[in-house]
Amino acid sequence: MAKPAKVLLNVPAIKADFPILQRRIRDRRLIYLDSAATSQKPKQVIEATSDFYSRYNANVHRAIYELGEEATREYEGAREKVAAFIRAKSPNEIVFTKSTTESLNVVAYGYGLKGKLQPGDEIVGTVMEHHSNHVPWHFVKDHKGAVLKYVDVNDDGTLRMEQYDELLTKRTKIVTVAFCSNVLGTINPVKEIAKRAHEVGAVCVVDAAQAAPHMSIDVQDLDADFLAFSGHKMLGPTGIGVLYGKPEALEATEPLLGGGEMIREVHLGRASWNDVPYRFEGGTPNIAGAIGLGVAVDYLMKLGMEVVRSHEMEVTQYALEKFARLNGVKTYGPKDAKKKAGVLAFTIDNAHPHDVASILDVEGICIRSGHHCAQPLMERFDLPATARASFYIYNDLEDVDALVAGIKRVQEVFA
Amino acid sequence: MSASYDLYQEQILDHYKHPRNKGPLPGAALNARDSNPLCGDEVVLHVNVDSSKRISEIRFEGQGCAISQASASILTTMLKGQSMAEVEALNQDALLKKLGIPLSVVRLKCALLPLHVLRLALGDTKAVRT
Repeated sequence: MAKPAKVLLNVPAIKADFPILQRRIRDRRLIYLDSAATSQKPKQVIEATSDFYSRYNANVHRAIYELGEEATREYEGAREKVAAFIRAKSPNEIVFTKSTTESLNVVAYGYGLKGKLQPGDEIVGTVMEHHSNHVPWHFVKDHKGAVLKYVDVNDDGTLRMEQYDELLTKRTKIVTVAFCSNVLGTINPVKEIAKRAHEVGAVCVVDAAQAAPHMSIDVQDLDADFLAFSGHKMLGPTGIGVLYGKPEALEATEPLLGGGEMIREVHLGRASWNDVPYRFEGGTPNIAGAIGLGVAVDYLMKLGMEVVRSHEMEVTQYALEKFARLNGVKTYGPKDAKKKAGVLAFTIDNAHPHDVASILDVEGICIRSGHHCAQPLMERFDLPATARASFYIYNDLEDVDALVAGIKRVQEVFA
Repeated sequence: MSASYDLYQEQILDHYKHPRNKGPLPGAALNARDSNPLCGDEVVLHVNVDSSKRISEIRFEGQGCAISQASASILTTMLKGQSMAEVEALNQDALLKKLGIPLSVVRLKCALLPLHVLRLALGDTKAVRT
C-alpha cells in the first residue's frame, strides 16, 4: 500500500462544477487526463460566456449605449483579473490574444522581425519548446537573418544551464523558454534564466502555457519581459490567450494585426496607433472568451494557486511512484514532483502510444499520444511518440489508479 | 469485450507481433516510403515484379502503431503473386474488409498508410495522402 497521500482539494465538489465530468463514456465514468492539451470548463465559466451573449452582447470600447458599457466593463474587468492573477503592475501590461501561439507570434513578429533585431543577432531557445515557441523564431531567422541557438536538456529532463551560459553572447537579443515542458513537465528556472539574459542585454520571453494554469506566477518577481499563456488550459474558453509584457517591451513591439481598435487615427495611406495594450488587439476581440477567462481566474484564485500546485504535486508524486513499480513502463522527465508540473509522458514496451491511447479510451480514460507538438524534444530522446497523462484540479488518486489499471490492460493485450 | 477492443482482434495482434514479409529487400525494383505526420507511423515497401507482370517479392519495413504495421503485413500477404492489373484494382475497401476492424477517422489514416505507400511504389506520383 502506498502511503496515504494528501489530496488537498475537495475533488468531488470540484468535479460537481464540471458538467462534462458527469458524462459517462461507454457506461464508464469519464477520466480526463489530458488537461495539458486543454482543460475542462466549470459551469461558472460556461455560464459567464453564455450570459454575455444572452444579456449584454455588444462590441467593446465604442458603443455609447448601456449594453456596450456593460460589455466593455466586463471585458476590461477580465483584463484586471488576469493582471492580478500574475501580479502584473497594471492591466495595461495585459494583451488579449487568441492563444499562447498568437502571443508568441506577436513577440517574434513585432519585437523580433519588425523590431530592432539586426541580421546576425542571436535568439536562444531550448530543445524542449512546444512548436509554438519554435516556429515563430524560425520566421525571424528566415526573414531577418537572426541566428537561432538552443539549450539542450540533460537526460533527466532538466535544462543544461551551464550550456545556456555558454550560448549567451553580446549578440544575444532574445532568450525564449518554456516555464514548464508540455512533455517532460520540467519546471525551468525562469527567474534565473531571465536574470542571465538581462546580464547580456537580452529580453526574456516565457511560454507559460503549462505553468499559468497550475502554479502561482509573479511576473514582477520573475522579471521576464514577455510572458504568454492560454485561457483554455486554465478552465477558460478556447480562443482567448494572454500576452503579458513590461511596458517598455510592449512599447518596443510593433503590432501584428492592423485594423479597427488598434488605431488612433487613420488617413489614406497612413495611421497612428492606439496605446498599449489596445495596439495589439486589432479587430473585435473575443469578448466572451475574455470574460470567461476572467471567471476562470476567479475560480482558480478562490481555490488558491498554492493549493492547486500542492494538490497536483501530490497526485503527480503518487503517479510517479505507481509508475515506478510497473515493469515495462518508462517515464520521461524529472522523477520528483517538486521539479515538475502534473505532466507524465510515458512509453510501454511493445505497445505504440496510439494503441495505448486507444485501449485506455475503451476504459473511458482520455490521454494524449503522439509527439505533443515537441518534435525536436522527441528527437533529442530518440522517441517517435509517447503517451502522456496530465493532471488538474479535478483529478485525484482514483484517476491515477484507473490509469495504472488501464496500463496493465494494455500490457495484457500486447503481451 | 467491448466494441472498441475489436480494434485489437487476434488477426491484427498476430500480424503486429509476427509480421509477415518484414525486412529489407536489397535491389528491389520498386520502393517507396511515407509516414503519417500525426502519429509518426512509417511504412516502407519494396516490390519486385516478374516477367509476367506479377508481384514476385514484396517486403515492408516500418515502425508505428499496431494498426499501421498489421495493415502493412496483411497488405503484403494480399499482394504477393498478384498481377499488376489486380494490384491496381485493389482499393481501400478491399484492404479494410481484410482488416475487419472498426476504425475511427484518425485510425483510418494508420490503416491506409501502407496502401498509400503501395501507390507511391507503383509510381503514382499523384497519390494523395489518405
